[in-house]
Amino acid sequence: MKRHQWGWLLAGPALIVIAVFFLLPVLAALALSLTDYDLYAIASIHNVRFVGLRNYADLLGNPLFWQALGNTFYFVLVGVPLSLAASLGGAVLVHSKWASCRGLFRTAYFAPSVTTVVAVAVIWRYLLHTRYGLINYALGHVGIAPIDWLGDPHWSMPAIILFAVWKNFGYNLVILLAALGTIPADLYEAADLDGAGAWAQFRLVTVPCIRGTLTFVGILTVAGYFQLFAEPYVMTQGGPAQSTMSVLYLLYDEGFKWWNLGRASAVAFVLFLLMYASALLQARLTREPAA
Amino acid sequence: MPLLLGLIGCGAHRDVVELRFWAMGRESEVLASLMPAFEREHPGIHVRVEQLPWTAAHAKLLTAVAGDSTPDLCQLGNTWVAELADLGALRPLDAYLKVDTAIAAADYFQGIWDTNRVGGTQYGVPWYVDTRLLFYRKDILAAAGYTSVPTDWASFKTLLHKIRAQSQGTRYGILLPLNEYEPMLSLALQSTTPVLKENGTRGNFSNPDFIAAFTYYISLFYEDLAPPVTNSQISNVWDEFGRGYFAFYITGPWNIGEFRRRLPPALNGQWGTAPLPGPHGLDASIAGGASLAVFKNSAHPREAWALVDYLSRPAVQERFYALTGDLPARRSVWASGSVKDDPLTGAFRDQLERARPVPPVAEWEQIMTELRLMAEHVVRHEYTPAEGALELDRRADRMLAKRRALVLAGQLP
Repeated sequence: MKRHQWGWLLAGPALIVIAVFFLLPVLAALALSLTDYDLYAIASIHNVRFVGLRNYADLLGNPLFWQALGNTFYFVLVGVPLSLAASLGGAVLVHSKWASCRGLFRTAYFAPSVTTVVAVAVIWRYLLHTRYGLINYALGHVGIAPIDWLGDPHWSMPAIILFAVWKNFGYNLVILLAALGTIPADLYEAADLDGAGAWAQFRLVTVPCIRGTLTFVGILTVAGYFQLFAEPYVMTQGGPAQSTMSVLYLLYDEGFKWWNLGRASAVAFVLFLLMYASALLQARLTREPAA
Repeated sequence: MPLLLGLIGCGAHRDVVELRFWAMGRESEVLASLMPAFEREHPGIHVRVEQLPWTAAHAKLLTAVAGDSTPDLCQLGNTWVAELADLGALRPLDAYLKVDTAIAAADYFQGIWDTNRVGGTQYGVPWYVDTRLLFYRKDILAAAGYTSVPTDWASFKTLLHKIRAQSQGTRYGILLPLNEYEPMLSLALQSTTPVLKENGTRGNFSNPDFIAAFTYYISLFYEDLAPPVTNSQISNVWDEFGRGYFAFYITGPWNIGEFRRRLPPALNGQWGTAPLPGPHGLDASIAGGASLAVFKNSAHPREAWALVDYLSRPAVQERFYALTGDLPARRSVWASGSVKDDPLTGAFRDQLERARPVPPVAEWEQIMTELRLMAEHVVRHEYTPAEGALELDRRADRMLAKRRALVLAGQLP
């Protein structure tokens, strides 16, 4: 056998699995998004009509879609930087030479990301409760009037972001911690000798050394945050006044609540294109500067 | 080979028909204790009760229809009957009803019976019923100088104002959770103008009756008589009712048991139920509850009907009430026994006589979600009630587009 034949043979099983369980369903969903497959199609397949791009046109004309898109961008644009900053800050603190009980902190920070979102949502709903919540109680001590976190459309998304950042920052923290451990100590010694302070060391030694990991963590976080669903689903059911409705939530409602599978598939493709574009953009922005 | 397996499979229970019966929630747990008596009566039938959680039941039913794996019979929330009938999944029951005189339509509450009729065909038999009405604090009412609940909208609102004023703004008159459409729908059903028109293919929300009901409902928020909150913000409705955060709550019969269990003993006898006030005196509410329906693809429809017949017997209904607290669907059961003696169910008995069915269309649940969202928008001053009603029509028309086309093509009644 020739070399390239061996290659195909070895890669074959994986390619077949990807084709059957990923490519085919994606193609089927693309086809579905061009039809008006809905509840009535379950009764009789003859009720399915080819509608071309009408699902996409309807979607772009649906104010709820734009609201969901706006909410999703709000969540990503505010939530991702906050989440990354919290992870990086936490990682640097845990890694610093003055930190004690590292194992304890590492575990404590990681704990939220391995708990189930439904269970912690119950606790957070109590923390955020307008009249009995610990958060408003604490704010009351510094003279801030009670905030209706989950009932006021202006505060619901900040509350969701707060919850999501708390829930997720530990995961990235552990990855970044591993990256910090690979930075040779002599770089810091050299920086010390050159008179660099803590901030200069962080900016000029730490960040460049873990740039690759940061990019990786950033792309994963953006992809994850675009798929906002579980947090509003358990905390607010997309409310109040649809202020925490995300694109994925819209997809869920259309597809699994109302069985408009044609329209839901269209939503899925729009979301896919968005995430793909954002990943490309990120990869370009964070590319290693040419030497 | 398959033939051989079939023979072996039948060997053990020759002539025994197995019925698959899907049931939900508390009812499914209780059914097991009702089945032995039925199986003794019908030695040729074995019933396998399969439990579904309410939250997943709707999706699971549709999946079963799509995948051709429906059971023989099923407990159905009665707003789902129309949907499954439209999908062609249910078996028409008129032929059975003609023969089986034990189940007489006249013994059932009219509004509830009608929720099981789609296009003039009967697809379900009411099993237990519910409707929405007022739960209230008698002590708060007494403090405001009332001995009974007013029966019309205007005087009811006067009472709410009095309660609010007396508490110096610490207590609300009524809880209308923003994540429930049922309280609003109950008021909307009090007019004879339906909210859908043209055979359920277009919205009819922008009619003066609906706008009047909508305006009244919204005014309870605008005048600070109802807190603009969802159930999850309240966290614990029973605690708050016990604390007197609100004096009235519109909800259903399952809460009789919950309130009994969860309210502090000091409140014993201090709360009650009352029929819903209407625009000009007592009026309608939602005809809710669950029905028993037989699936079209069932291979044993006669046996399935025997089970429907058994569960509809007054004696069995009485026992079912004792086990679950679900209100019986038959008037004859209400005429005697424990359900008659309970002072808290009296208001339900009264309200059920005036229960009104919702339009039997598959898109109903989705349209009601829009109603709930629109009510919230209006509460937040983003629309006026009249604008909201017009927008509801627009959205309903869009959701019903496919239905319109199918009705026009003669594929739906």
